[in-house]
Amino acid sequence: MTETLLAINGLTKAYPGVVANDDVSFEINRGEVHALLGENGAGKSTLVKAIYGLVKPDAGTMALNGVPYAPAEPSAARSAGVTMVFQHFSLFDALNVAENIALGMDHPPKMTDLAARIRDVSQGYGLPLDPDRIVGDLSAGERQRVEIIRCLLQDPKLLIMDEPTSVLTPQEVDILFATLRKLRDEGTSILYISHKLEEIRALCETATILRLGKVVGGCDPRETSAGDMAEMMVGSALKVPSKPEATTGDVRLSLTGLSAPAPHAFGTALRGITVDVMAGEVLGIGGVAGNGQDELLLAMSGEMPVNPQMIRLSGKPIGDWAVNTRRAAGLLAAPEERLGHAAAPVMSLTENAALTGTTRKGLASHGMINWARARAFAEDIIRSFDVRTPSAANAAQSLSGGNLQKFVIGREILQEPDVLVVNQPTWGVDASAAAAIRQALLDLASGGAAVIVISQDLDELMEISDRFAALNQGELSEPRPAKGLTVEDIGLMLGGASASEGQSA
Amino acid sequence: MNIDIAVFLASMMVAATPVIFAAIGELVVEKSGVLNLGVEGMMITGAICGFILANATGSVFLGVVAAAIGGALLSLIFATLTQFLLSNQVATGLALTLFGIGLAALLGKPYEGVRVDVIQPISIPVLSDIPVLGTILFSHDPLLYFGLFIVFAVWWFLTKTRGGLILRAVGESHDAAHALGYNVVRVRILAIMFGGACAGLGGAYLSLLRVPQWTENVTAGVGWIALAIVVFASWKPGRLLIGAYLFGGIGFLQLHLQVENVPIPVEVLNASPYIATIIALVILSAGKSGRSNAAPAALGQPFHASR
Amino acid sequence: MITLEKRPEPSRGWSLATPLLAVILTVLAGGLVFAALGYDPVATIRAIFYEPIFGQNSFYYLPQLLVKAGPLILIANGLAIGFRAGIWNIGAEGQYIMGAIFAAAAGLAFYPSESFLIWPLMITAGAVGGLLWALIPAILRVKFGTNEILVSLMLVYVAENILSSAAVSWLRNPEGMGFPGSRNLSQWDAASNPEIIAGTGMHWGVAAACIAVILAYVLMARHILGFQIRLAGQSPRAAAFSGVNPARLVLICMGVAGLLAGLAGMFEVTGPARKISIDFNVGYGFTAIIVAFLGRLHPIGILLAGLLMGLTYIGGEVAQQSLGLPLAAIQLFQGMLLFFLLAVDVLTHYRPKRTQRAAS
Repeated sequence: MTETLLAINGLTKAYPGVVANDDVSFEINRGEVHALLGENGAGKSTLVKAIYGLVKPDAGTMALNGVPYAPAEPSAARSAGVTMVFQHFSLFDALNVAENIALGMDHPPKMTDLAARIRDVSQGYGLPLDPDRIVGDLSAGERQRVEIIRCLLQDPKLLIMDEPTSVLTPQEVDILFATLRKLRDEGTSILYISHKLEEIRALCETATILRLGKVVGGCDPRETSAGDMAEMMVGSALKVPSKPEATTGDVRLSLTGLSAPAPHAFGTALRGITVDVMAGEVLGIGGVAGNGQDELLLAMSGEMPVNPQMIRLSGKPIGDWAVNTRRAAGLLAAPEERLGHAAAPVMSLTENAALTGTTRKGLASHGMINWARARAFAEDIIRSFDVRTPSAANAAQSLSGGNLQKFVIGREILQEPDVLVVNQPTWGVDASAAAAIRQALLDLASGGAAVIVISQDLDELMEISDRFAALNQGELSEPRPAKGLTVEDIGLMLGGASASEGQSA
Repeated sequence: MNIDIAVFLASMMVAATPVIFAAIGELVVEKSGVLNLGVEGMMITGAICGFILANATGSVFLGVVAAAIGGALLSLIFATLTQFLLSNQVATGLALTLFGIGLAALLGKPYEGVRVDVIQPISIPVLSDIPVLGTILFSHDPLLYFGLFIVFAVWWFLTKTRGGLILRAVGESHDAAHALGYNVVRVRILAIMFGGACAGLGGAYLSLLRVPQWTENVTAGVGWIALAIVVFASWKPGRLLIGAYLFGGIGFLQLHLQVENVPIPVEVLNASPYIATIIALVILSAGKSGRSNAAPAALGQPFHASR
Repeated sequence: MITLEKRPEPSRGWSLATPLLAVILTVLAGGLVFAALGYDPVATIRAIFYEPIFGQNSFYYLPQLLVKAGPLILIANGLAIGFRAGIWNIGAEGQYIMGAIFAAAAGLAFYPSESFLIWPLMITAGAVGGLLWALIPAILRVKFGTNEILVSLMLVYVAENILSSAAVSWLRNPEGMGFPGSRNLSQWDAASNPEIIAGTGMHWGVAAACIAVILAYVLMARHILGFQIRLAGQSPRAAAFSGVNPARLVLICMGVAGLLAGLAGMFEVTGPARKISIDFNVGYGFTAIIVAFLGRLHPIGILLAGLLMGLTYIGGEVAQQSLGLPLAAIQLFQGMLLFFLLAVDVLTHYRPKRTQRAAS
């Protein structure tokens, strides 16, 4: 089958300061899995939003089945047979599965009929779902099922999937791929967006590669090496972090039966986390989103105080210490969410430097902040970590994700921590910034600090960790040396439980 | 002191009605994710609009309609500012209250002390003759029944209809609703106008029925109490009725005690509904837990559709 | 079609220009409203904005301007600190009343002593009265998570009832022939708040307002607490990460606002208002909310906004006397001012942009 389903011709969309899509043209054939490949910021999201009717292109045309196609809004796209599974933001936590699905349909049947159809279709595709459950209680994988079932109930001709595997365990990825292959065999086309090359090689027949908004090439991923595709995607060779052999010292941080209730209704409780982290080592903590990563970071940073004995810093019980007391003692942290948690969006970089640096950098005396020193600290971070910004007076939100992340990590590293805990240090960051951040973390560890990296990116963890452990529903697995771990080992560590859930739910 | 229990319950229903109107409107507004603190201002604007029209035409019915329209028009200012110009909802709501009170004082100047004909109670045949129950339930004015009908209609709309589902979805996550192609701003503006109309009706109930003459401060904080009752009700129409009746009962009791010359200072009695509201809020917030009691997740957050 | 586009950073220029633009728009729209009510718009606007400052009776009105602006600036500064932190104390009117009652009660307990201690005692009592009244919603919010907007507002009604009971019973002037109202404090030297310089309207409350402006400026610009307040208001999670204790912040912000409102009530009851009476409060606590926003929650801005709002009060009286404009019209005018400010504020954070609908 090589019949064209969707033809995109000269699509262009500009935002202030950036051309997200620049004269993009390609075709998707009927019954194929077509990969859209590119780095963060390459324009993949804008392109699929145009196809789904969420963004109006400035120029260019599309044709679906040879008929001009210009959806004014998502419902027009849906009625033309185009549906989409989102990466973020399309589920309502407080509503149940059936209600969530009904909201994504233009002519939903009655609720009782819908519930029955959800059961049928979800069983049929091997993705079982209970229509009455509240979505906020579901795991990341189950939430994605809700979105997929929502699309399948509308008999789509084209199914768009935006980074679908970033929230899944390897076992869940296998289930998803089986479903997608079944759909393809039934004649549905799939536009599959990802930057994970191995996945694309395993699943897709065709790939279009975007870089900085432009199509830079296409290939058959089954016959192209991951290295060649990466080169097309990035445009230059990458600097792989150098991992020196770790020489570990004394125990810097030890967690003993760290437990805490979920801090909010949709949070995860921590359950008996026990681990020691030595000076000079990087402990990588993997896990699928929503398994207690945020809560673990809050417990370490001091935003969520726990029983004093549960956390000990160089032997001292500190579980109930306040945030800045921990900083003074040498335990620093960098949370996942850059804008709004690690940094205040509308405040300047100088003010954001003072946000965590006041205690260790002596930026205040007698309660008065010395803004000149805060500014000097901010400029030091900008210089040392190559943060691209006109000046330290610019607002945090004016920086790109990668630059702000370099600022946030740099801010903590320059305070010379004894223990540093980071969550998702390179999430949504371009490849060169990610490499720089990883290198900085490795340098910090080789300088004698204990570093904990919480991440959902397994490649990253394998690259920089000395030991690896996995979080699953608030419990931490026994840490194992990272060297020699296979993908199967990691998969089992990440979620033997959540994989079996797939069959039992 | 003796109170005829039937009279007490009937009076409680009457005293609760303005709060019911204002609170059910605000409940819908908040369910859509918008916090409008201008209830007091919309109520008093509705009160004066209704009063002026009833006075001019002699028709209480037209007065009631005018009150709803007046409240809705005033709420449009709030809607424009918060939905198109993305202003802070708390500040804008406060401004609406201050503006509405000023507007009502200005429009009401010539009417101070003027009286209008009130809505007459209707005695529902047969049913109103039932002893006790007839007095409590079946001898009220039509507007009171309309208030109860609106509460029921809102419950039905929110839980049983697709429109209600969309409204709740918008209030839970405007980003997700937008991503699915729903017009967040349109839904919210409609909700805000419904809230304004309901607040106006509540105001009319005060100016045309409870106090059938114009006094400048006719609402006296009822709009704020309505806001408190929405919180008290955990955004559920059924519990909203309970809250409003508790408030109505206290209001009636304190008036009754004043008339009976009970040796409690009149100021204590006057302040009792407000103190009771505070106590209710405290008890509720202290005991509140669990998701089903939670506020709409997007409440009070501005929405701007970017990329 | 015009759409809004978020600026990468708030525009400094617009942030200064929007209050001016709002005033101009309000004058224009206000003129239309006055015309619709049957008044000559030009004469009315002139009576409000020109006569009090430059007219022939300005020697009388100018001091009044300070008298009106003083409490507004004092209260608004306290409120603005809380608003910046996202803490919505809107019950300043009640805290203002309680400050006045506490001060009057503390002073009158020693009547007719002429001790020099009376005045500082009353200042302290006024501050404590406002503070305690504001701490009720603060503590309820910290302990139980109760909504401070609603509780602080409910307490205004409670305070008004305490005021009327004070005026008709327990603080009533025993020599007042049964009329409600306390002794005249301004005629009791130990407790009076006279003009510091005669004929200027500059009483101790105005001086306190100026001091409050300076202290608030230093707090917000330089002190770590001011930084934490701004941080908590802009992004609460970043504030928690920075080590801000939200409960402590609520208590401090509400407490400071109550304290300043209480002081304003104290200086008012011993000065311009002269005594506790049933109609002692005239809505300064609510108007101060407008002042705080009009001044962009910035101490210097609040100083200017307080003077402007004071002017509309005085101008309203002028327009009432010379043209018969109802005072309620001024309240409406003030409400409009806040609306326009909130409306044009969008230009600070967003850039309007013309877009053509749908490309094909």
